[in-house]
Amino acid sequence: MYDVTIIGAGIVGAMIARTLSKYDLKICILEAENDVAMGATRANSAIVHAGFDAAEGTLKARLNVRGCALMPDICRELGVRYENNGSLVVAFSEEERATLRELFARGKANGVPDLRIVEREELLEMEPNLSQNVLCALYAPTAGIVCPYSLAIAAIGNAMDNAADLKCNFKVSAIRAGEGGYFVCSQEETVKTRIVINCAGLYADEIAKLIGDDSFAVHPRRGEYILLDKDCGHLFSRTIFRTPSALGKGILITPTVHGNLLLGPTSQNGTDKTDKDTTEEGLSKILQSTQECARSIPAQKTITSFCGLRPVGDTGDFIIRSPKAGFLHVAGIESPGLASSPAIAEYVEELLSDMIPLTPKADYNPIRESTLAFADASLAEKNRIIRENPAYGKIVCRCEGITEGEILEAIRKNPKARDLDGVKRRTRAQMGRCQGGFCGPAITELLARELKIDETSVTKFGGDSAVLAGTLKGGAQQ
Amino acid sequence: MRDLVIIGGGPAGMSAAVAAYESGIRDILILERDARLGGILQQCIHNGFGLHKFSEELTGPEYAWKYEKQVLDRGIECKLNTMVLDLSADKVITATNETDGIFQIEARAVILAMGCRERAKGALNIAGSRPAGIFSAGSAQKYINMKGCLPGKNVVILGSGDIGLIMARRMTLEGAKVHAVCELMPYSGGLARNIEQCLNDFDIPLKLSHTIVKIHGKERVEGVTIARVDETRKPIQETEEFIACDTVLFSVGLIPENELSRAAGVELSPVTNGAVVDQDRQTTIEGIFSCGNVLHVHDLVDFVSDEAEIAAVAAADYLHGKGARTVCIPLETDGKVRYTVPQRITRKKDVRLYFRVSDVYRNVNVTVTDGEKTLFSKKRAKVAPGEMESIVLKQELIENVDKLYVSLEDA
Repeated sequence: MYDVTIIGAGIVGAMIARTLSKYDLKICILEAENDVAMGATRANSAIVHAGFDAAEGTLKARLNVRGCALMPDICRELGVRYENNGSLVVAFSEEERATLRELFARGKANGVPDLRIVEREELLEMEPNLSQNVLCALYAPTAGIVCPYSLAIAAIGNAMDNAADLKCNFKVSAIRAGEGGYFVCSQEETVKTRIVINCAGLYADEIAKLIGDDSFAVHPRRGEYILLDKDCGHLFSRTIFRTPSALGKGILITPTVHGNLLLGPTSQNGTDKTDKDTTEEGLSKILQSTQECARSIPAQKTITSFCGLRPVGDTGDFIIRSPKAGFLHVAGIESPGLASSPAIAEYVEELLSDMIPLTPKADYNPIRESTLAFADASLAEKNRIIRENPAYGKIVCRCEGITEGEILEAIRKNPKARDLDGVKRRTRAQMGRCQGGFCGPAITELLARELKIDETSVTKFGGDSAVLAGTLKGGAQQ
Repeated sequence: MRDLVIIGGGPAGMSAAVAAYESGIRDILILERDARLGGILQQCIHNGFGLHKFSEELTGPEYAWKYEKQVLDRGIECKLNTMVLDLSADKVITATNETDGIFQIEARAVILAMGCRERAKGALNIAGSRPAGIFSAGSAQKYINMKGCLPGKNVVILGSGDIGLIMARRMTLEGAKVHAVCELMPYSGGLARNIEQCLNDFDIPLKLSHTIVKIHGKERVEGVTIARVDETRKPIQETEEFIACDTVLFSVGLIPENELSRAAGVELSPVTNGAVVDQDRQTTIEGIFSCGNVLHVHDLVDFVSDEAEIAAVAAADYLHGKGARTVCIPLETDGKVRYTVPQRITRKKDVRLYFRVSDVYRNVNVTVTDGEKTLFSKKRAKVAPGEMESIVLKQELIENVDKLYVSLEDA
């Protein structure tokens, strides 16, 4: 029997698992997809917001500001790159300036440090690529950027290193009370647990219904993005927001920790929780909005585009509460969910301490060895690693410079990659200019070899996403 | 310190190595990232290579073997499975492989022969989902020809350049159904013989002035929506048509792989995406030469070998302290001529000028002037973007010019 079962291995479930794994608890993480971080966690703006957006007194406000403060240390412990690059909300008119003043006031009330309004001249010195029509901006030095799925993967990995279990392809279809806890069931398996924590993102309301709780609903709000080549990463240092409107923070421009430039998201309420299609209108809107904001956005440097679905709760705030004994909802975690995630985990830890005893583990290790270990190592260190393990001397992804050693590590190290997208998210192989055109076949072969399956069974992201249709007569060649 | 390092062991690199050897250079090193020499030819199992060079119809691997054998017979040193990570302006090469780890080599002369990569589907901002079943044409070719795996059974191809055309036939021969080859432009970018032999012979429809506007499918491709485009190449919504398929191949352009050239500070042309070179294929950095697809995308490997020979002979001259530059004559084009290689002439000698045009033109005179006087004029019944052309400028024509202007005039 598990002490705690977490439903959903996105950034929220991952942070909670990692935080709870410091205690003497048997923890199980259940994930419906073939891999972790498959929902909103892998398709968002990757921003650690400063915390001036959310209304005063909300959980969003409190947990955002606290999460932002916790983030640098957590990233350091988990070996994940974090950059405190700061953010600017830019205004083009006096009406927009008035909105900035509101955000400033709200930010101060929420406890956001060091906010200030920057005028045009200083602003253009800070960011020479902004449109000359810019008037002023709200500058938040404490904002940052992080890779959201790298963070989730590292947090789950660290939790697993501290004895948590991960079960993928576990789609929860029923939850029954019994024996001092709950039975959490999929079609194939049942997990017995004292406590359930519902972090199921878009499906948190459906999980709630399984215990007869229909007090909230979650609907998807679509956000499309365009990613530009690393050539463009230098165009902006800070995250650039337009002055927000009713539908959200608006379309932004941000460098990523990997050196790309990210444009987006759009904001469009939807009803289909599986519709992640990009649209011609959405992509045009992104280019139009960002081109108004900047001197030049080199759209021809597009590498890819994608769409994420925000899990929007119908209460206006994060839904973190216990509907019945031993059950905790952590639902409706839309923006600023990523920034808040360390603080959400901290809050859940508090709530849990009233439910079960939390005894710290003597051998808890908060440190996860960096997955950037090879890429960031010195030349001498790299060569030492290659002598021990020649696979690190062989480049597989030539666009991002990723070695076979790193790819094998991604397949072998918890949480193990089992498909092409999993390798991609852990190593960045297939994320470069050629988007896997060159390295795809080699990675498919490595996955087949390591997972001891046929190359035709290798998938892009589990389920029916097999890469290949079959072999030719003569069979697959190595 | 090595005399000559050649980055890339495909047809350009191998031809350059052999030509350098024949010019008296013995200290040659080829750095190749694949497990054997041959480059992209290894997976081009169709024939049509070598018609000009050898008067034979060879397959890609056969053409590659012609040069590989010459490299082996001469004992030219090759490091295989070796990826070059960096090139500096002073010709220090950083590379990596499993046995040597990460190492550096200094070279007196470098020949860039890295070839090109495919433009990815992601660059096109096509709406829809990102299911499995989307491949670049070259990737699909690698799966079929090198790994014995079939990418899919019901295919739509975007791009009627040679790679798209070849793959339409290749997939068909392995039992897949190719429903259509769509081409954004009103003409195909591929060789005429490939349209015949890859599409017409197999009744595969070629839809000119069409593009893919949406990809459907949650986990695996389920279909594409295609549409006709207008003169500005914008899709016309009323013409949208759904084609059920499980595989989409993108053959939407080749981009010379000049990351290393950029790192070294070699000047690149925004038109070719390759280095700016003179008639000897020397770049703006002395002692660094460029040839093959990394310089400009070729249609025929025969011309790649010719070009590599030019670069290698010049590199050998450079190493022997010969071949000084005496002039600098830039070449400009009129827009109908999209680019020339070389972009400048630095010695007074006969020059074979390669060029591509930007559209299909009929009954034109390829004209070279010095800004005022016509120096050269040759009639062509038809020129097309998909077929690289060349003309020879004799030394006496360019004796007293300081600029050349290449254009297409009505005949």
